[in-house]
Amino acid sequence: MQKFTRLTGVAAPLPMVNVDTDKIIPKQFLKTIKRTGLSEGLFYELRFDEDGNKKGFVLDQPAYRDAKILVAGENFGCGSSREHAPWALLDAGIRCIIASSFADIFYNNCFKNGILPIALPQEQVDLLMDDAERGANAVVTVDLETQEITGPDGGRVQFEIDPFRKHCLMNGLDDIGLSLQKANKIDAFEAKRRQEQPWL
Amino acid sequence: MSAGRTLFDKIWESHLVDRQDDGTCLIYIDRHLVHEVTSPQAFEGLRLAGRQLRRPEATLAVADHNVPTTDRSAGIADEESRIQVETLIRNCADFGVPYIEVDDPRQGIVHIIGPEQGFTLPGMTIVCGDSHTSTHGAFGALAFGIGTSEVEHVLATQTLIQQPARNMRITVEGARPPGTTGKDLILAIIGKIGTAGGTGHVIEYAGRAITDLSMEGRMTVCNMSIEAGARAGLIAPDQATFDYIKGRPMAPKAGAWEQAEASWRNLPSDPDARYDKEVTLAAAEIAPQVTWGTSPEDVVPVTGRVPDPDSAPDEGKRQAMERSLAYMGLTAGTPIGEIAVDKVFIGSCTNGRIEDLREAAQVAKGRKVAEGVQALIVPGSGLVKHQAEEEGLDKVFMEAGFEWREPGCSMCLAMNADKLEPGERCASTSNRNFEGRQGRGGRTHLMSPAMAAAAAVTGRIADVRELVG
Repeated sequence: MQKFTRLTGVAAPLPMVNVDTDKIIPKQFLKTIKRTGLSEGLFYELRFDEDGNKKGFVLDQPAYRDAKILVAGENFGCGSSREHAPWALLDAGIRCIIASSFADIFYNNCFKNGILPIALPQEQVDLLMDDAERGANAVVTVDLETQEITGPDGGRVQFEIDPFRKHCLMNGLDDIGLSLQKANKIDAFEAKRRQEQPWL
Repeated sequence: MSAGRTLFDKIWESHLVDRQDDGTCLIYIDRHLVHEVTSPQAFEGLRLAGRQLRRPEATLAVADHNVPTTDRSAGIADEESRIQVETLIRNCADFGVPYIEVDDPRQGIVHIIGPEQGFTLPGMTIVCGDSHTSTHGAFGALAFGIGTSEVEHVLATQTLIQQPARNMRITVEGARPPGTTGKDLILAIIGKIGTAGGTGHVIEYAGRAITDLSMEGRMTVCNMSIEAGARAGLIAPDQATFDYIKGRPMAPKAGAWEQAEASWRNLPSDPDARYDKEVTLAAAEIAPQVTWGTSPEDVVPVTGRVPDPDSAPDEGKRQAMERSLAYMGLTAGTPIGEIAVDKVFIGSCTNGRIEDLREAAQVAKGRKVAEGVQALIVPGSGLVKHQAEEEGLDKVFMEAGFEWREPGCSMCLAMNADKLEPGERCASTSNRNFEGRQGRGGRTHLMSPAMAAAAAVTGRIADVRELVG
């Protein structure tokens, strides 16, 4: 997994609430057996009309083509557990999403892919949304180490993050490798379980 | 004396393998369900890292999302769908995972077959790369959806790294009124608390209206916990739970059964257990529910009207409502009962069980699907289909002009050939009315199976209570 330490880039505004994972990547793109190349389907129905013509979606506008940060409305990523949603965002260059709240599974999936989801109070999201509206000038820096966002005018906002998730993201750690180091504890748990609950 | 523990607390604590100083927990996963859409990249990850499955026997795989619901003898026509199913078959063979073949009579939607096979048991932790894993919470199992990276983690370690959830209890007091079902209860709940109302929490459903439900109805309620934003839904196991499980192929056999049941009887929350959040509803106030918009929280009683965006609590919500109405092709103030439908879908992991088909058949019996309406019945599994055929429900449906299909996820998410065309309106028993969910430009109204059947025979959204007295 790619490390996340400090990110500077254009922030794109997506002022919609309840952006669900079907909206982030519709089902026809879930038929892949790979993790890559999914940006093609990112926000597909918001980006393309029925004839496949671009509709001028924010990430297709010249100012936001290289956006690395997305600022969105509350309950971002609700719905399905599809990890294709963060894969598609990552494939399109998005490394950080800022919203007032996230759905649990999506939030979790981001961390497995080197994406930092930041939940902030609505007023702060509103200010960053205003910043993001400035097009190519909407350059924002996100520092995970200091847990601080710096806006285009130098305004700073602190954010909260679970310390273990921060540690894994900053070091690009493989969760499975970490858990396999606890194999003896898993062995002991299973042995006890076989005794106490032999039907399992 | 320590405080009482909730059902969630008990399951969580009994599955703790390790707790780090920072509070991060490693929890043991008893059962893992696998389907073709969210697993290929996980198996690929194992291959690349040279890792094996820790407990193949605790894993069960089935293809459900991509399978056709029409004649399957010629295989899957869509190439990508076929490759995805073939990939699952090869992965299961390579890694020793039990796999239910597409032509096996037990094949069906992963969340329907788990309980049918007795794979789902009280007190367990159950995961699947699918958000509707919450269904299994109806048995008093902690069951939740995970992403593909976590699927890989469970395959390799039989554990997950998790933070404990908070406890929420939703009590539906009193008896369920005639004409309402588990679906109406959960839609009313989501309408009340919103799609983020349960975020960070595990919801325990309680109260007479809940405990009166059959296991099928309880599964419908728990299934849509994710639509309320919750990590999982739970209902305390009771005699109805044990009666459902006993004798199922993978349930504990005689001898072990007594020991298991005695242990399960200790699972319900202690009387003095504390919840971080409590919500109460009165069942008597719940009428058959219908969604009008593009979020499952956009709920109104069938007797209601399409709401006015100007009634929204804030500007963000108002804009979302405007957008929903435009997408749905609806005007504020329209009576729900005047909305005409083009298609009807009865099925899915929410409402594809035998009781759902019985309720729909009761409405369909002796009636005809309205002219111009296409109505699909997609049983949740081969066993549900077989049972329905034993009871003659297939004939009731076909005589009324419904299409009787093969089991799978079908038009709930339209990954196979069953989908809505742009602008088509559907009365659906599924779980999500998101934009494009059932097909690009498709308009979904969520409701119970009996209500969907009522829509099929009247050609519009109709109050089932006026059809079946």
